[in-house]
Amino acid sequence: MSRVAVLAGGQSLERQVSLRSGARVREALERLGHDVIPIDVGPDLVALLTSSRPDVAFIALHGRDGEDGTVQEILELLGVPYTASGPSACMRCMDKVVAKHALRDAGLPTPDFYAFSQTAFESLGAAQALPAIEQRLDFPVVVKPAAQGSALGIRFAPTAADVPPAIVAAFSYDTKVLLERHIAGRELAISVLDGPAGPEPLPVVEAIPLGGDHYDFEARYEIGRTEFVCPAALDEETTRRTQELALEAYGVLGCYGFARIDLMLDEDSGEATVLEANAIPGLTETSLLPQSAEAAGISFASFVARVLDLALARAPA
Amino acid sequence: MTIDETPRGPGSGGESDSMARSRTTARDLERYAGLFARRTQGMRSSAMRDLMAITARPEVISLAGGLPDTSTFPAEDLAALMARVAADASARALQYGPTEGMDELKQCIVRVMAEEGMDVVADELLVTTGGQQVIDLVCKTLIDPGDVIVAEGPTYPGAVPTFGAYEADVVQVEMDADGMRIDLLEATLERLEREDRSPKFIYTVPTFQNPAGVTMSLERRRRLVRIAAEREILVLEDNPYGLLRYEGDPLPPLYALDKGEYVIYLGTFSKILSPGLRLGWTAAPRPVLEKLNLAKQGADLCSSTFGQHFVIEYFAQRDWRQLLSALRELYRRRRDTMLSALAEHLPREAEWTRPTGGLFIWATLPSYIDTTDLLARALREHVAFVPGRAAFLDGRGGSSMRLNFSGVADDDLREGVARIGAVVSEQLRLYSTLTGKEPAKRRTEALGEVPAAGARVLPLRRRAG
Repeated sequence: MSRVAVLAGGQSLERQVSLRSGARVREALERLGHDVIPIDVGPDLVALLTSSRPDVAFIALHGRDGEDGTVQEILELLGVPYTASGPSACMRCMDKVVAKHALRDAGLPTPDFYAFSQTAFESLGAAQALPAIEQRLDFPVVVKPAAQGSALGIRFAPTAADVPPAIVAAFSYDTKVLLERHIAGRELAISVLDGPAGPEPLPVVEAIPLGGDHYDFEARYEIGRTEFVCPAALDEETTRRTQELALEAYGVLGCYGFARIDLMLDEDSGEATVLEANAIPGLTETSLLPQSAEAAGISFASFVARVLDLALARAPA
Repeated sequence: MTIDETPRGPGSGGESDSMARSRTTARDLERYAGLFARRTQGMRSSAMRDLMAITARPEVISLAGGLPDTSTFPAEDLAALMARVAADASARALQYGPTEGMDELKQCIVRVMAEEGMDVVADELLVTTGGQQVIDLVCKTLIDPGDVIVAEGPTYPGAVPTFGAYEADVVQVEMDADGMRIDLLEATLERLEREDRSPKFIYTVPTFQNPAGVTMSLERRRRLVRIAAEREILVLEDNPYGLLRYEGDPLPPLYALDKGEYVIYLGTFSKILSPGLRLGWTAAPRPVLEKLNLAKQGADLCSSTFGQHFVIEYFAQRDWRQLLSALRELYRRRRDTMLSALAEHLPREAEWTRPTGGLFIWATLPSYIDTTDLLARALREHVAFVPGRAAFLDGRGGSSMRLNFSGVADDDLREGVARIGAVVSEQLRLYSTLTGKEPAKRRTEALGEVPAAGARVLPLRRRAG
């Protein structure tokens, strides 16, 4: 059995969700008989890792620092094997703009978008380009911060007048924002889990908001506000097609261990497009990846065990 | 824990103790979900609460709390009084007490209420576990699912989950610098009556309102109690801050004007002594008081006897007015510090209230700034406030924020407001850039000098009624 450091909490806005993910992982690890060292990630992270000498780290962090490659770099430096994707895949997934460029370059469908830094607006007059962008993307335009997990800071702008406040709001979370074409349709989440035979897609989850705003941050964490159907009610061909797309996105972005790919299924054309990838999706009781794994007959404990094995398998001898 | 009772420091933000084992799986959760009462749907954790949890980190200057400064209370006094309670009343202090509270404590409450001109006798009082319990008991006693409560807009954020838990339908009435707009209240009551949804009670913090910081004028107080009597509606008067007046003459509480006919009064030791005691009280019309007493029996039998003994001892051995005047002195200075910092650092597009007492200032930004998003930005600069939406049940308040000045030292107040001012200015500039509208010049720059404290205060607009 191993000494496993569970990294959770941290300073990101998703701290609370991370603590819930971490608590669950810890419990599963203890049930598996591992020796768990819980670490609330802060300024003493390196000191704690150095003194406690874990065999492996399970990263249950979401958002800034934990999901963007920062903590992964530190673990590489300290020579501690860790779960899920490496620094470069984390960076690609965390930054929606980088991720979308990578997907587009690889020929995978993702909604049209334009991205701007705060500097572009402040020093380069990017605001002048807004009307052209709005014309190309059609309304409603979706405005997102490039690097925020969950749905914090995401807004629909139904008219041109709604775009500036939405951009200001998005800049609350990051120094880069993107304006994206809105795809009306069904919201799907496909988790991908690595295994002995390579990565495999788990059953598709469909998120059906029960009234209210489709991009409501609150709804994502609360029981009873969004209905999650797993496996989603899709025909076989669509299931296969969307799972394949998720798997390709996973590969293009260079993910490892596990990740969750969020897709939209266009209600008119039936085309599936990739919205974003989450290098460390939520692992709470209401999170999608655990639900999906369970639907595939993989208990949370066996998910945790498998992910830990993968972390150790990747470690340099 | 409500937003108003978010202390700083370890544990509060769900530190590593939150990583304690939980034995829930997705399937379990579904099983439990089927067992939850319908009213739990009104009990929500929220994104805002997750954000608020981060405000508890030690490096954050939190203007989001509602905390009194408990460092004013001399530690040696606390020790001496506790020792006395232990020596003189050990067995009694460790025992259950009467549901309605100890008689000697009620005598202390009579003195506190007399200080604000209220004439009350001991058997009209019910001692409660903090003022918060009064809100809970009043809802428990009066509210069936779907019943209407009329409240101020914005209202005390800590009352929102209580109203939600009893599935109340809350209708909020706008305020201005003179408190709740009584003309709008009347129109609202008319409308509700036509719809056959007359409210069970009107919830108000008339004096130094939380969160708006405004005080209801005497004329409106008189009209409010008259309306309540005419329509036979109860009023819950929440008055935690009445004695924390920093200027001007005191106004009579609604309870004093109405003589306890339709007004249920809520008082607390939290702001004049200590919130850690968890002791508050209510004075109510007798039939209501009897029901509240029964409701309290079911809730917790009685409030802490130990705490009650402590307060009795405190009132016997010390001059409670002395601590109160020290607190007033301290908070007045902090209010002035915050007001002058606001004048210095907030752009001219911002407005804020100028409270004459209490703990809070309510600031409102242009409508295109969302203060919930702004909080995320402010947290990157390690400063926090309460986004205005927390004070509304209908999504309003998106451009406002509540700022607390009582629980923060002067230097941190200045620094905290300066950081908020910087992020607000940044967003205004960005908005101007995006819309091509000329950014409004900072008044301080325009005048070439920093205005005197409060000089640019734009109170909530005064209107007739």
